[in-house]
Amino acid sequence: MVGFLNALVVFLNFVFVPALAYGSQLALGALGVTLIYGILRFSNFAHGDTMAFGTMVTILITWWMQGVGISFGFLPTALLALPFGIVITGLALLGTDRGVYRFYRQQKADPVILVIVSMGVMFIMNGVVRFVIGVDDINFADGTRFIITAREFQELTGLQEGLALRTTQVLTVVTAAIAVALLFWFLNKTRTGKSMRAFSDNEALALLSGINPERVVAVTWLIVAALATTAGVLYGLDKSFKAFTYFQLLLPIFAAAIVGGLGNPLGAIVGGFVVAFSEVMVTYPWRRVLSHLLPEERMPDGLVQLISTDYKFAVSFIILIIVLLFRPTGLFKGKSV
Amino acid sequence: MSDNPYQDGRGNKDASITNRAGMGQIEYRPEGEARPAGPGPFLIGEAMTGGYGTGANILNDCTISVEKGEIAVIVGPNGAGKSTAMKAIFGMLNLRGGSVRIDGEDITALSPQARVPKGMAFVPQTSNIFTSMTVEENLEMGAFLRRDDISTTMEQVYGLFPILRDKRQQAAGELSGGQRQQVAVGRALMTQPKVLMLDEPTAGVSPIVMDELFDRIIEVARAGITILMVEQNARQALEIADKGYVLVQGANAFTGTGAELLADPEVRRTFLGG
Repeated sequence: MVGFLNALVVFLNFVFVPALAYGSQLALGALGVTLIYGILRFSNFAHGDTMAFGTMVTILITWWMQGVGISFGFLPTALLALPFGIVITGLALLGTDRGVYRFYRQQKADPVILVIVSMGVMFIMNGVVRFVIGVDDINFADGTRFIITAREFQELTGLQEGLALRTTQVLTVVTAAIAVALLFWFLNKTRTGKSMRAFSDNEALALLSGINPERVVAVTWLIVAALATTAGVLYGLDKSFKAFTYFQLLLPIFAAAIVGGLGNPLGAIVGGFVVAFSEVMVTYPWRRVLSHLLPEERMPDGLVQLISTDYKFAVSFIILIIVLLFRPTGLFKGKSV
Repeated sequence: MSDNPYQDGRGNKDASITNRAGMGQIEYRPEGEARPAGPGPFLIGEAMTGGYGTGANILNDCTISVEKGEIAVIVGPNGAGKSTAMKAIFGMLNLRGGSVRIDGEDITALSPQARVPKGMAFVPQTSNIFTSMTVEENLEMGAFLRRDDISTTMEQVYGLFPILRDKRQQAAGELSGGQRQQVAVGRALMTQPKVLMLDEPTAGVSPIVMDELFDRIIEVARAGITILMVEQNARQALEIADKGYVLVQGANAFTGTGAELLADPEVRRTFLGG
């Protein structure tokens, strides 16, 4: 029995909690991708770099706040800077839309052309972020690091294994839950949110109902800015900020959005958790969990790690391929195919 | 489809990166201004000439007009430009010649969405409902521009189409063809339009539903709403029409009251099958 509890604690500590936090970050990212896909009708390759841009702005403001001595008690200062980061990212996205995407929209360009355009935006944003804040790892989390440390947990429960709960992990899940609740309320209950759904459903008819497409698009970019910046800041707090990592995040985020069903917000969330849990579970060495469950003589020699963490992106790819093969519309009925 | 290189997707149909569902076919047009115009019929598309994009002209000097509270019907053979004429009046294509006026205002330069507040409502022939939204949300979207209380109008729509009241929490995409058509007309009525424009409202519905729809349309007209309609079922449509237009190759071929056209031997021979 104690063996089982210890195994459970190890599982929670190294798999469940990290995957839950990572899943929340992916879900927020995938929501942004799915919104752009649903309303602007293309997959936004610049999303990872939008997250990086938003996080960069937030970090700069965080540094400034720390410089003048503003802090947020036991919570990270970045949380105070987040709203400002969102606003500036929103303005940047609106500027990009006005300068780049609007032209193609007015030409009624084929969506695939917008995909390529977003790739161009991706390279520019990526360059801007690297130029401004550099390419190195940046750790900007402050405040209390742990809600409960492994040692405290061990003392509290008397178990051999410890369950550490980092502030950023709890923060990530709570913030993501609030953001998702707000988004769903907005899309389903408000006039503007309904008009966005209507525009996504049938653009021509939305126009014929007097819905202004430019307004719908602008609101979408603002929401995407909020989601991307929040996702990026939470990821950075949880792990660290590095421009290249954010660019790479594009893959699990796309995988999450497609697995859940593109264009379906609920699917994006589920997809985020599916991808996160698979990635963590496949790359986690299970030896320590098994050591509490199996008798000594049955213990395997290896680490019981299915694949090395270096290959974690392969997991996203595999999930992506399996879903596209067997359920092209995603777990929840999305719009693809 | 068009010679705009930006619209050439080079055959890419990958739905995992592009979303074509619900993409509008309405061309972008810069916002123009409405100008006051002299007296004339309540709604008139006068000497309209134009086509889609930069393509060939589909309409050639075509004139459609309707007086307040009347029912006008556009009929004609396939490919005559009936729907195009209707879309031109709603600003869904760029006119190269002619003008559109409503209630003493020249609205030729206005975009389609800017014509909605002028009192025009349009029911397209296909994809005329928001399939993923409930019936009630469809009606709400119809009333998007209104800031006043919409419950009375919604009651009127439910009164006109009682079945919609029972189905109001159901996704509109799950309804039958006839019910969808009712949702489409209901959505258009929610704007409290002065003119209701219907593009083949009875396409693809059973004869019984068709009669029912015609009855409802007459009822709407009696309430003082001007109706402009394109119809395949020429005979039945002309029977209820105050004014009929027969288009051939984008130009007016015959014009008259519904009864006149029905009695005209030439029209009967060429379009009504004897």
